[in-house]
Amino acid sequence: MSNVPHHISRQFDNELETIRSDVLAMGGLAEQQFSDALEALIELNVSRAEKVMENEDSLNSLEVSIDEECVTLLARRQPAAGDLRFVIAVIKTITDLERIGDEADKIAKMTISLADKSGRRSHYVGINTMGVFVRDMVRDALNAFARMDSQEALVTARKEPESDEQYGAILRQLITYMIEDPRNISSIIDAMWVARALERIADHARNICENVIYFVEGKDVRHISIEQMEDEVRGG
Amino acid sequence: MNDQTETDKTVPGAHAVNLGALTGHMGKLSLTDEKPCINVNSLNLYYGEKQALKDISMVVPEKKATAFIGPSGCGKSTLLRCFNRMNDLIDNVRTSGEVRIGGENIFAKAVNVAELRRKVGMVFQKPNPFPKSIYENVAYGLRIQGINRRQTLDAVVEKALKSAALWDEVKDRLDDNALGLSGGQAQRLVIARAIAIEPEILLLDEPCSALDPISTLKVEELIYELKANYTIVIVTHNMQQAARVSDYTAYMYLGEMIEFNDTGTLFTNPGEKMTEDYITGRYG
Repeated sequence: MSNVPHHISRQFDNELETIRSDVLAMGGLAEQQFSDALEALIELNVSRAEKVMENEDSLNSLEVSIDEECVTLLARRQPAAGDLRFVIAVIKTITDLERIGDEADKIAKMTISLADKSGRRSHYVGINTMGVFVRDMVRDALNAFARMDSQEALVTARKEPESDEQYGAILRQLITYMIEDPRNISSIIDAMWVARALERIADHARNICENVIYFVEGKDVRHISIEQMEDEVRGG
Repeated sequence: MNDQTETDKTVPGAHAVNLGALTGHMGKLSLTDEKPCINVNSLNLYYGEKQALKDISMVVPEKKATAFIGPSGCGKSTLLRCFNRMNDLIDNVRTSGEVRIGGENIFAKAVNVAELRRKVGMVFQKPNPFPKSIYENVAYGLRIQGINRRQTLDAVVEKALKSAALWDEVKDRLDDNALGLSGGQAQRLVIARAIAIEPEILLLDEPCSALDPISTLKVEELIYELKANYTIVIVTHNMQQAARVSDYTAYMYLGEMIEFNDTGTLFTNPGEKMTEDYITGRYG
């Protein structure tokens, strides 16, 4: 938003800027929640997982308040063109951020459940690796949003299929563990839920990237292949 | 969500959805699919030394509403007034290039201007009913053409007033003086007067800028109805109005046509930065 001249109405600029900084704050919180949930999982740290669950509400209330700011702006300013696309991108992005928070909450719950059980930590190595991969994706997606950089969004979105592959590999691995020793089934099902949450978070990160591309390029790149997405962004 | 959609597609019975009908409901318009009504080729216009229109080339599509937007003095009203040669009435105006309506260059010497203006009706910013009865206002154009048969006039007046969505409000007082109408009613009366003579094209120059919001919406609704039968060209300062009523929008600046596109695209993803700055309020 910084490369465009100011509105005649400075107040309009302020309102857009407020929304933008609120989304960045919400993005920061969602990233933190996910990161904490992941750390808690890796350490099987119950108190840290509980902290994540406590903070979940702040994300929800941020989503509601940003939504309200957007609705008010739509009603009062009737934004057009880039301003309109910005507001639409924000409304969609905060939904993804809230869902990332929900998934972090699930990971925290599973962490508490796993800590209770006597699973082997070696079972979760794949999940930890995937967790770090997805966390980087979320961070890059949020950076792309902060800079409104469609190239960076594209690079990040391109990583999403890899998270699907990792998810598939983890499932196969966990199934093998279950077959090896049925006593582990309960804890391995928990681990499967965690892997599923990570896969969903990667999807939300990709959605955020798509929203950035929509805002910057004015192109709807949902539900198309990565190759088509690249063509759209490169086509300018 | 995707799984859900997959099942929805296969569920028969009361909730079965015609997926074909769901897509493209608000389908995108494309100028290339339209039948041209007005062809403007390299049109230049000068008021004395000052050039008001610079090399304008465009096609106004038939039976669609086309809006001209742009800051004051950008030439949008001047361009509109070219279409029925209203600029002839101003001293010191020179034009070059051509405007073709029905294949004929309207600037050609052989053109009968009165006939052109019958074909290309115009409504102005301020409603200008004549100081006559409501009935006579609408019948005026026909009387000028020498049509005085009461039955014919009655039929035309009723049809025009109905088309202008005014009939119900005035049918019991057709002999009252038109100057007693409210601003919104007067503007719809003027539109009725314009369509009574069955023009092909209706030019609207800021038709709502003197009207209250309710009357504005009524006139906008009318424009929506009228474009089934007429080609509408509207000049407006109100960008939201252009976004609401038009199919195509042209953005003009300092006599040049900066961008001409379907209204949906122009207001969500304009091709030119100058258009973007204007419609988002960054102009000036």
